[in-house]
Amino acid sequence: MPPLARRNLFHDKVRLFVTLTGIAFSVVLMVVQWGLFQGFSSSTSSLIDHSGADLWVTAKNTTYIDQAINFNERKYYQVLATPGVAQAAKFIERWSVWKEPNGRSESVAVVGYDPDVPLGQPWGMVAGDAQQVKQPNAVIVDRIYADKLAAHNIDDRAEVFGYRARVVGFTNGIRAFTTAPYVFTTFKNAQDYTGFSQDETNFVLVKAAPGVDIKKLKADLKARLPDNDVFETAEFSAMTRHYWMFTTGAGVAVLMAAVLGLVVGVAVVAQTIYATTMDHIREYGTLKAMGAPNRYVLGVIMTQAAIASAFGYAIGMTVSLFVVHGAAKGGANIVLTWQTAVMMAFLTLGMCLTAAVVSVNKIFSLDPAMVFKG
Amino acid sequence: MAEAITIRGVTKQYSEGAVGTLALAGVDLTVSRGEVVLMMGPSGSGKTTLLSIMGCILRPTSGQVLLEGKDVTAMNEKQLPAVRLQHIGFVFQGFNLFPTLTAGENVELSLKLKGVHRRQAKDEARSLLEQVGLGEKYDSYPSDISGGQKQRVAIARAIAGSPEVLLADEPTAALDTHTGKTIMGMMASMAHEQNRAVVIVTHDSRLAKFADRIVRLEDGRVATAA
Repeated sequence: MPPLARRNLFHDKVRLFVTLTGIAFSVVLMVVQWGLFQGFSSSTSSLIDHSGADLWVTAKNTTYIDQAINFNERKYYQVLATPGVAQAAKFIERWSVWKEPNGRSESVAVVGYDPDVPLGQPWGMVAGDAQQVKQPNAVIVDRIYADKLAAHNIDDRAEVFGYRARVVGFTNGIRAFTTAPYVFTTFKNAQDYTGFSQDETNFVLVKAAPGVDIKKLKADLKARLPDNDVFETAEFSAMTRHYWMFTTGAGVAVLMAAVLGLVVGVAVVAQTIYATTMDHIREYGTLKAMGAPNRYVLGVIMTQAAIASAFGYAIGMTVSLFVVHGAAKGGANIVLTWQTAVMMAFLTLGMCLTAAVVSVNKIFSLDPAMVFKG
Repeated sequence: MAEAITIRGVTKQYSEGAVGTLALAGVDLTVSRGEVVLMMGPSGSGKTTLLSIMGCILRPTSGQVLLEGKDVTAMNEKQLPAVRLQHIGFVFQGFNLFPTLTAGENVELSLKLKGVHRRQAKDEARSLLEQVGLGEKYDSYPSDISGGQKQRVAIARAIAGSPEVLLADEPTAALDTHTGKTIMGMMASMAHEQNRAVVIVTHDSRLAKFADRIVRLEDGRVATAA
């Protein structure tokens, strides 16, 4: 490929700036919106994904984690008695009210777990450990919500649902999908903090014994607990994500914004590449008159699009990194993984090549006899 | 002399809606290798249309065009670019150089299109520019050289790959008289010394002395051929 594509692209600096700005803007929009979608999506099911359980026993007709209905904790013992179950733990997740010493209230999601069983415990501890909730009235909260809960230090105090609470540990990075931060505590405390009666739970988490077929164990548990549902962890996670992302409209709105980014990108790039092509239309006519085959001209235009996409992507990703970093400080959860980066690279290239098709059509239909007209 | 281009009974009709314009009305013409043919005539007489048909850019409505003995009118649209690339060089009134490429790269581009390898193309481009007296302008951009120099670069580009036919459309129209004569002399030597068929469309009768033959077109027909 001669340097024609590169030279034509870089010849008009202003147009190049507009092109790269358009692509970069589009990349940032797509990365941020897709990252928000992923961040939202993963935060809706983070308790499930980090639970360490193989199976979740829920009340009948439960469709997502935050909707679970209480059931009698006797089911826990039936689960434990099922062959193939290595460990089981009662587990609560339910909204409640956190009251600061100054009287200000915040909605929270109380998470009750059994500290003696490694299922459903908090992760990412940065102060204290998950076992310290065994102390009286002990809770663990996340650093992200320190200001929101006025809980900045170990031993800070509050009330949850009228019961005393004392901070014994901090996690870092456990975001709640809703505005209500998670407050981790023992299962027993959680019953008080959420108004559960002393014989109720809303989940039983199950760890299968090594070598046990999970699907068979699930079927056995369903047979043994006909008034409950049993889900594999990945299945329950997907159900929860689907509920929040697609039935509430939240995820669709974010996805639509990401698609909008793609459409804006295609439109901007198509317009600028077309304008560049029209600027050089006489040169393309000359090429065709000289006998250059259409595939050569196609190569010139597509190379321009590919170069523009590479530079636009690099700028866009750099800006996105700053946006993601800044957003994290502000509390927004934008997930940018290497998989997303690779996907965006291909998407940007596809976007630019698609945008160049309009120009290619123009050139293919160009009459080379135009070179003799003045 | 070997016949390079043979035109037999060529007509060309342009259609615009229901109205048709007859640009060429049965032209017969032969151009041999080693000769310079000047095509003259008033505006609208069909000179450029005939040049485009000779150059396999336009297809005639009827008649036959033979290039080096091959009937190009029987070829399809996909075959014609290859014919132009291998057998015909073009020189345009407005030079039509690629402004973002240097003089050398403009010539190289033509060679690379013909399948010449990059390094060889570079060497040949330098040699061709030296042939038109512009060896030192290899790295100059078209915007940095004069009109006459641009046309010499265009000639070097046109003869890159040694096509048998050189077609020029008003090659001196944008040049002063002295430079125009230099360019015409150069094109005549391309015909006489390198055994090419050179066809030049012009309005300028002062260029007649460079021609071996002058063909006058009027109303789409050959009026006189001398």
